[in-house]
Amino acid sequence: MAEEVLLFGVWGSPFSRRVEMALKLKGVEYKYMEEDITNKSPALLKYNPIHKKIPVLVHNGKPIAESQVILEYIDETWQGYSLLPKDPYQRAVARFWAKFIDDKCLQPVFKACWGEEKDREKAAEEATELLKFLEEELKEKRFFGGESIGMVDIVASIIAFWLGVFEEASGVKLLTTEKFPKLCNWAHEFVSNGVIKENLPPRDKLIAYFRNRFGGANASK
Amino acid sequence: MAEEVVLLDFWASVFGMRVRIALAEKGIKYESKEEDLRNKSDLLLKMNPVHKKVPVLIHNGKPVCESLIIVQYIDEVWNDSSPLLPSDPYQRAHARFWADFVDQKVYDASRRVWRTKGEEQEAAKKDFFESLKTLVRELGDKPYFGGETFGFVDIALITFYSWFYVYETYGKFSIEAECPEIIAWAKRCMQKESVANTLPDQKKVYDLLW
Repeated sequence: MAEEVLLFGVWGSPFSRRVEMALKLKGVEYKYMEEDITNKSPALLKYNPIHKKIPVLVHNGKPIAESQVILEYIDETWQGYSLLPKDPYQRAVARFWAKFIDDKCLQPVFKACWGEEKDREKAAEEATELLKFLEEELKEKRFFGGESIGMVDIVASIIAFWLGVFEEASGVKLLTTEKFPKLCNWAHEFVSNGVIKENLPPRDKLIAYFRNRFGGANASK
Repeated sequence: MAEEVVLLDFWASVFGMRVRIALAEKGIKYESKEEDLRNKSDLLLKMNPVHKKVPVLIHNGKPVCESLIIVQYIDEVWNDSSPLLPSDPYQRAHARFWADFVDQKVYDASRRVWRTKGEEQEAAKKDFFESLKTLVRELGDKPYFGGETFGFVDIALITFYSWFYVYETYGKFSIEAECPEIIAWAKRCMQKESVANTLPDQKKVYDLLW
């Protein structure tokens, strides 16, 4: 049967981009459908009636929602490149860090850059403490996945790329080489990777988008 | 090598209960260490330095944290019997989606039901019932969320049943009246030894908070 893979996403979303990175690393052909989240398509609402969000992967007519659920599905369905390790303990560790990034890091990072003035310093402190855990987890590895890019690296693309965009758009600096030498090194290696580079949204367009959407008079020194 | 399995837990934790059910389903022998959450042990802080929370499964000295991650780990390591997740990738994705839904929606709303008052509580009650009704639609005619057999999503949700008396008393509602199908499903799960032996008595949980 001819394979049909559809991906509903938004150009600037780290969540749909991470699915694209996974599909590309696996060499899976797919059709991309750009969503306007202010005017969601009937197809999106049909495929993700519960959360009505992107990304949604539709494989031969069957939808899967929630980016980390999609990443695991991609890894289990298509062979070749491995996104997760084979060893159950290493898999548990990878899942832990992926969940940590999404559940814990995103909110303080966002608040530090775009929150109300009075909340920003505290959020920045919190974000720094959380990023320290990631810095420590990296140890001497080239990527969180070891020698090659894995699921944690893909989920952490939000730190490798989107954080830099937030920083430039808001003027807030969180990821410095002084505090996070390993993480900065990793970020650079990650975004330089051929497949990843091709799947990142255009930086200037993204900076302009965030400035417009959340900026205003929030220029920091 | 002799297998060593230790569980750091708190008896009333809905998350710890998930792990205990999984261990019981698989017939795994383990040592249980009860934590005093107001005075966390050095072992807990060492094994879960990031979150400092229970449950933590320590398998041959190596810690696994986060309840659903632990349940998946248990399923992958002790894979010779009682599968907790389906083998088909699409069914697995489906199970992970709904377990995540329980964490995202049920947990948050249920906490707010007993911790807030007034308008906030009314909103929490609405969210709580909406999430349960969505789950009921997903359950449909099946005996379990896993289909014919008790599985991952059932484990994720059933532990909240031990807190139903808390929610009902603080929220001043009857879950059976609003959502009888959930009670029917819960009672079916409670017929399983692994669940019945794990879930504490609802009144005992209520007394903890009183």
